[in-house]
Amino acid sequence: MLRAGAYRIDRSTRASRVALAAAALIVAALLSLPLWGDSGDMRLAVEIFYYLALAQAWNLLAGYTGLVSVGQQAYVGLGGYGFFALAVLLGVPPVPAIALAGIAAAVIALPTAFVVFRLRGAYFAIGSWVVAEVFRLLLALVKPLGGGTGMSLPVAVVLSLAQSRAARDIVVYYLGLALGAGAVLLVFLWLRSRQGLALTAIRDSERAAASVGVDNRGTKLAVHIIAAGIAGLVGALAFLEKLRISPDAAFSVGDWTANVIFIVVIGGIGSIEGPILGTIVFFGLRALLVDYGAWYLITLGALAVAVMLLAPQGLWGLLARALGWQFFPVQRRLRLLELRQAPPKPPRLS
Amino acid sequence: MAWLNIILQGALLGGLYALFAAGLSLMFGVMRLVNIAHGDLIVLSAYCALVIVQATGMHPLASLVLVVPLMFAFGYALQRGLLNFTLSGGLLPPLLVTFGLSVIIQNALLEAFSADSRRLQAGALETASLRLGDQLAIGWLPAIVFIVAVVVIALLEQLLYRTALGRAFRAVSDDADTAQLSGVEIRHVFALATALALAVVSLAGVLLAIRTNFDPSIGPARLLYAFEAVIIGGLGSLWGTLAGGVLLGIAQSLGAALDPGWEILAGHIAFLLVLLLRPRGLFPKQAE
Amino acid sequence: MSLLEIRGLTAAYGDFQALYGIDLKVEEGETVAIIGANGAGKTTLLRAITGLLRTPPDCIRFAGAPIGSLAPSRIVRRGIALVPEGRRLFPSLTVEENLRMGAQCGRGGPWTLSRVYGLFPALAARRRAAATALSGGEQQMAAIGRALMANPRLLLCDEISLGLAPRVIRDVYAALPGIRAEGTTVLIVEQDTSRALAEADRIYCLQEGRVTLEGAPAALTRARIRLAYFGL
Repeated sequence: MLRAGAYRIDRSTRASRVALAAAALIVAALLSLPLWGDSGDMRLAVEIFYYLALAQAWNLLAGYTGLVSVGQQAYVGLGGYGFFALAVLLGVPPVPAIALAGIAAAVIALPTAFVVFRLRGAYFAIGSWVVAEVFRLLLALVKPLGGGTGMSLPVAVVLSLAQSRAARDIVVYYLGLALGAGAVLLVFLWLRSRQGLALTAIRDSERAAASVGVDNRGTKLAVHIIAAGIAGLVGALAFLEKLRISPDAAFSVGDWTANVIFIVVIGGIGSIEGPILGTIVFFGLRALLVDYGAWYLITLGALAVAVMLLAPQGLWGLLARALGWQFFPVQRRLRLLELRQAPPKPPRLS
Repeated sequence: MAWLNIILQGALLGGLYALFAAGLSLMFGVMRLVNIAHGDLIVLSAYCALVIVQATGMHPLASLVLVVPLMFAFGYALQRGLLNFTLSGGLLPPLLVTFGLSVIIQNALLEAFSADSRRLQAGALETASLRLGDQLAIGWLPAIVFIVAVVVIALLEQLLYRTALGRAFRAVSDDADTAQLSGVEIRHVFALATALALAVVSLAGVLLAIRTNFDPSIGPARLLYAFEAVIIGGLGSLWGTLAGGVLLGIAQSLGAALDPGWEILAGHIAFLLVLLLRPRGLFPKQAE
Repeated sequence: MSLLEIRGLTAAYGDFQALYGIDLKVEEGETVAIIGANGAGKTTLLRAITGLLRTPPDCIRFAGAPIGSLAPSRIVRRGIALVPEGRRLFPSLTVEENLRMGAQCGRGGPWTLSRVYGLFPALAARRRAAATALSGGEQQMAAIGRALMANPRLLLCDEISLGLAPRVIRDVYAALPGIRAEGTTVLIVEQDTSRALAEADRIYCLQEGRVTLEGAPAALTRARIRLAYFGL
């Protein structure tokens, strides 16, 4: 057994300290974007923030608790419709409406979990998809929210956000930045905490985690709800920005789930850095292949399949293994401060 | 009486859903693999038939003679060449690889055939119907589909319980390691299971394409119906899957009769109800 | 040339090392027993021999040929059959179907369905029953019968007395002479040391992944065995 003075627990490495400094610089640059970028840049940046937030959420679900959901679009759509219901039907000011829509999505995730947690593994994946479809079809029946064809955001609501187009772009941009950075920060802080240890334990082995007293069910439920909240916030902001919502757009598997899955798989499941790298790769590929229509998605799909088979930890996994990097210090390293002798060998008889 | 007609139409539709589900059930039973691209493979079969019909002018049902063996071979190659490698890595690889496959197939079809809606022309068969008394009419096509579903399931049951291959399937499903120790060449058996599943899928795809319009994007919905039929019916039982398909079809039919917007929703709700009240399905095979 | 020759076999499950260099020989026609406590590596050894655990190609030789890198189904075809620990009958299959599964590898030989029923009459009466409906002893007989149906040159028995009453164990082991009479080489893994000493021509003792004792039962004293078994 180790005595108290014989060891130390390290939380960060040199790479992570460097990365954290770099991250601070990046965030500072992002904060100043409206000063030197145009509205096109801001729109692209906000889209990146959405996918970053969704990717972190999905990674928590699939990479840490093994809940591979193909139904995240349910909460994006609920957030979007929640926002429209609050802002248009109830007259809530836009920014609080976004927050409330996110909360509403998280709240709905609770009874949904009750239904969908009855399924395991791949069946859970498809079950979550069915649930998303149910929400889509239900909302298509709600005439006050536009029914099957959807509705546009009334001018009055748009103006209540900010009077000029430029001002609205800036407000949306900062909200998006807060969402993207916030999601990353939330995931980082959670994984760094004691609850985070539980998550990592579940990721490595559910049974082993349960055997040391980790509350698997409670943790999974918490992750499910938080992920839903993040998705809801994304939906609310995204559809405010688009100024129009419809059931097919709000609950689109392709837009809100397939892309996110590819981002996380290619970037690397089960780490915080993975989804960030994946988002960068995704947008890079999109810029590269924008003229090639369906080939873009075929390439994305093929890349995801290849990564899953050849490098299941994703691109980040390859980098981290090769270079020993970890940018977000979530590990605890045991450092021995004195030498130990080798353990004795059992006796040999013949 | 009109209600009886609705229920009958729904039941016959259930035959198609049971055909969708049988392949999914087989793959899951033998390999614990849920193929997210399942629906897209149904659509792929439909396009396969389309190409053959356009090239040779044969009747869609005749094209089955080519489509089924083609998809059988494709299934064998797919499992042996790709999916077998996903089975040892836990939960994520099979799910994510088949998800990627789904996107690839949808977009490849989109690229090759555009998003236009297609239909396989089967002539008089499409609208011919049999009148049973005053209010009841059965379309020949839905009836044929239902009979095909029953025959396929009966044949699959015979395969599973009366042949050496079926015995191997059941043994592998129970305990893959010990099956290997008995001399089962597992990579081959897995590939045969997928080949068989895709043969059934191709049958379903061609029949679907005669019955309704299709385009590259309708795959995922078929996956969901197949999945729901399996869950409603109960895991492990092919006849249960038929029952599940029938119940799903009836739920959808009743929903549609209430209001067109309720058609698919009614099916999903039936599925969720079964999941809540009888999580193991209505006719599960055995206590697990 | 020994029928089975193992040299310097190591095996690990991830970070956990289970075997630290095993040397072992089984001659044709012999009955060899491997004894040792739980976790000593006995089952790991059998998994390595049968190919469920891939090992370096040259560590294990069967009839002179290296089998370390072969798939389990290939190894069965060569003539090694395992009666797994805990029986592991196929629950979805009947008794007869379980036995027929054993013949899947296609090796010909003296062991047919009727011969197996002759060896285990209790099974003949229950041939159509679901495998799970059998008693522990009957299940063990069925598992042995299934392995025999592969007509192996080497039969591996992993803890066939586990969980059975003494009278039943006696009935199960009563089948061994009939199996040996066909010329089958038998390797039994046993926690029940007395049983192992009674049945075997030679025994090996494993402790924490190493061979700690080897010899004919007559040449070994209780004290030496206890020392090798427990390492105390």
